[in-house]
Amino acid sequence: MAIGSVPLRYRISIDRDRCMECGRCVENCPYGTFRWEGDRIVVDSRTCTACHRCIAMCPRDAITLTEHPCDYRTHPVWTRDARESIYNQAKTGKIILAGMGNASPLPPIFDRLLLDACQVTNPSIDPLREPMELRTYIGKKPSRLSFKRGEGGEVELQTELSPNLKLDTPIMIGHMSYGAISLNAQLALAKGAHEAGTFLGTGEGGMHPAIFPYQDNMIVQVASGRFGVDVDYLNRGAAIEIKIGQGAKPGIGGHLPGEKVCADVSCTRMIPLGSDAISPAPHHDIYSIEDLAQLVRSLKEATEWKKPVFVKIAAVHNVAAIAAGIARSSADAVVVDGFRGGTGAAPKVFRDHVGIPIEAAVSAVDQKLRSQGVRNEISVIASGGITNAADVTKAIALGADAVYIGTAALVAMGCRVCGNCYRGLCPWGIATQRPDLVARLNPEVQAEHVANLIHAWTMEVSELMGAAGINAIESLRGNRDRLRGYMLDEGLLKVLDVKPVGA
Amino acid sequence: MCGIISVVDRAGNLMDGSKIKRALSLMDERGSGEGAGYAAYGIYPEYADCYALHIFFDNIVETKSVVEALLRTWGTVVHDEEIPTYEQPNLKKIHTPWRYFFKPDAALMSGTSSPEEDIVTYLVMKVNTTVPGALIYSSGKNIGVFKAAGWPEDVADFYRIQDYEGYIWLAHNRYPTNTKGWWGGAHPFNLLDWSVIHNGEITSYGTNRRYIESFGYKCTMFTDTEVVAYLVDLLARRHGLDKEMTVRALAPPFWDEIDVMPEKEATLNRAIRLTYGSAMMNGPFAIVVANHDGIVGFTDRIKLRPLIAAEKGDRLYISSEEAAIRRMEPELDRVWMPRAGEPVIGRVY
Repeated sequence: MAIGSVPLRYRISIDRDRCMECGRCVENCPYGTFRWEGDRIVVDSRTCTACHRCIAMCPRDAITLTEHPCDYRTHPVWTRDARESIYNQAKTGKIILAGMGNASPLPPIFDRLLLDACQVTNPSIDPLREPMELRTYIGKKPSRLSFKRGEGGEVELQTELSPNLKLDTPIMIGHMSYGAISLNAQLALAKGAHEAGTFLGTGEGGMHPAIFPYQDNMIVQVASGRFGVDVDYLNRGAAIEIKIGQGAKPGIGGHLPGEKVCADVSCTRMIPLGSDAISPAPHHDIYSIEDLAQLVRSLKEATEWKKPVFVKIAAVHNVAAIAAGIARSSADAVVVDGFRGGTGAAPKVFRDHVGIPIEAAVSAVDQKLRSQGVRNEISVIASGGITNAADVTKAIALGADAVYIGTAALVAMGCRVCGNCYRGLCPWGIATQRPDLVARLNPEVQAEHVANLIHAWTMEVSELMGAAGINAIESLRGNRDRLRGYMLDEGLLKVLDVKPVGA
Repeated sequence: MCGIISVVDRAGNLMDGSKIKRALSLMDERGSGEGAGYAAYGIYPEYADCYALHIFFDNIVETKSVVEALLRTWGTVVHDEEIPTYEQPNLKKIHTPWRYFFKPDAALMSGTSSPEEDIVTYLVMKVNTTVPGALIYSSGKNIGVFKAAGWPEDVADFYRIQDYEGYIWLAHNRYPTNTKGWWGGAHPFNLLDWSVIHNGEITSYGTNRRYIESFGYKCTMFTDTEVVAYLVDLLARRHGLDKEMTVRALAPPFWDEIDVMPEKEATLNRAIRLTYGSAMMNGPFAIVVANHDGIVGFTDRIKLRPLIAAEKGDRLYISSEEAAIRRMEPELDRVWMPRAGEPVIGRVY
């Protein structure tokens, strides 16, 4: 045992004066942190993930969780994380998996962008008294319109518009598959999106019949594994999304372990029970932009050109050029997923080190599409690291039409971002398929929370717009004048095309 | 603040500039003495086939030759002269205003259906972005913009506005905020046949600017009004939208209004918002846009700036204040306040 045990990360303690030994902590912790020893509850802090389920369920507030101070020798380079990763790999010889988004302490650019507000010369608009328009249409737009005057002098529109998705808010929910999350969790998201007048993605897991009542709010995904994809699935969705990449793990595919493939998941994904669902990094029929364009058109043909088709890519260094290529296919929207995007499971080394921030990616994509004169013809959806309404507003000011939220929607349902999704033991019934855990999530209640979150953020976005004297989302889109950079370097300001504060 | 007034004689009869000077001066409280200007259509009948380029030179030694070399490269200067000005005690002469009557050589601009306009647009952008000390601020046929930093009456007297006769007049009294009161920043703003006067502040400028620049326009005047002239040029000239449809794109109805329209009308308005969302203007504004065949006035969608219209016989007036209109024409047939976003259009018969 050259390596031996490593120090505790969290310490759980029970206040024995308050505890009434009811056992809810034992029942609620799927990680085995609490157990009975005779008639007394004992704690094994070593297994704790800081999911907070025990604390939330304790009726006497008897449980305390503290982050255990690191007792390694302090070192600026060989951090606790660096050393423990090595111990872990030295023992196992394997890739380290991680759940949720990038956990590196890099400063979010959003936090260094400040929004504008009107003062005397132009009045701010009060959203409580004046109309505020956040309605957003996602899809292809013509570059110009043609009219002719009829005999009676009335105007006749001659240009035919492509189908667009109509959103009551620029906030959508990103793709989280049945398999990665529970059916109850997906159902709650679907109901929440329906109530909020927006859309969510199925992820690459197919569409379970329980979701059918909400199919008009679903964007069906076609990933490299093609799980659950048939023409019925395509036709059920309001739009189709081809997933090329994902912000949390650019350049690699997905892997749902066989243990999570229960009977229901196997039916929905159209794969054998208990088999690993592996979606490889590349699609087997896409090795070039031409191949992608062909798949876009094939999906449109299959659905009689009635559905918008999105293409999702991870934010990588060359993202702008890739998006420009996608804009020239028949695709209706490009989804750019930044390096803070969440995931059920990713190799930690990818999650924390590959890709670029969404702020820079959206800005670069918007700029490139404009310079090529095609920005107006395709929608841009930003995702990966949207944590509040200000981030939504800033993403749109940087050039996005709309955003996808992922982790934020899960947090609205109770997720505590403990980052252990890949273990399938989510105590909140979200990232798990274990029936007893899934049953903990009430889809009705959580749908309301999700809808509440979207409503609340939408109101905040409209207040921020009103403060800036803007009453329609179109006038916020790409409006870099309404942003200023604070403590950002000159190079990044140039990429963002944003002036520094005071300028 | 800012005061605007405009008039069109729909029968094409000419009016001299004396009345509009008096009307604009009535709105001195809307300005700060740092910018005023006039635009008139029909003032150069003897050079009606030429583009009248009005240019401010910081001096006529170093920059004028550079501009003239460019003009000679792209066409012929039929006539040029210093725009006559008359010294005013309250107005400091900063630039030398010069006018060129210019005929572009259409053969030099290939691959376009409007080579002459494209040459002139190119020259405006080229000079204004690459020739320091020169600014082309008026470039239409048979029209001219006259502007400077000063009170309306001083600017009018400086150019002797009463000596010009036009069938459309636009005038503007400026209260500058976003940029200092400089000659180029005074209104009207002009490109080719389009002239714009504006009271307000366009909060969507960042969006509009990025949109218009992707079509090759370059915003050089450091003010939000400039973008209006370019948007109108793009929509009305290059995309061929008529005045009503252009205004519909710039200040469209709200979605709630569109939703209750008859289906055909709703489809039309939805298409305009989807296609021209980035051209839509936001923030407080009252704007009058003119070209050779008329004027159109409109406000932002919640009417955060005043706009009033009036008629007397063939003449249609649009202004910030009724009192200013009555200074030009005390007895009016009709006076009304247009609704937010609703265009008031005066076409020359």
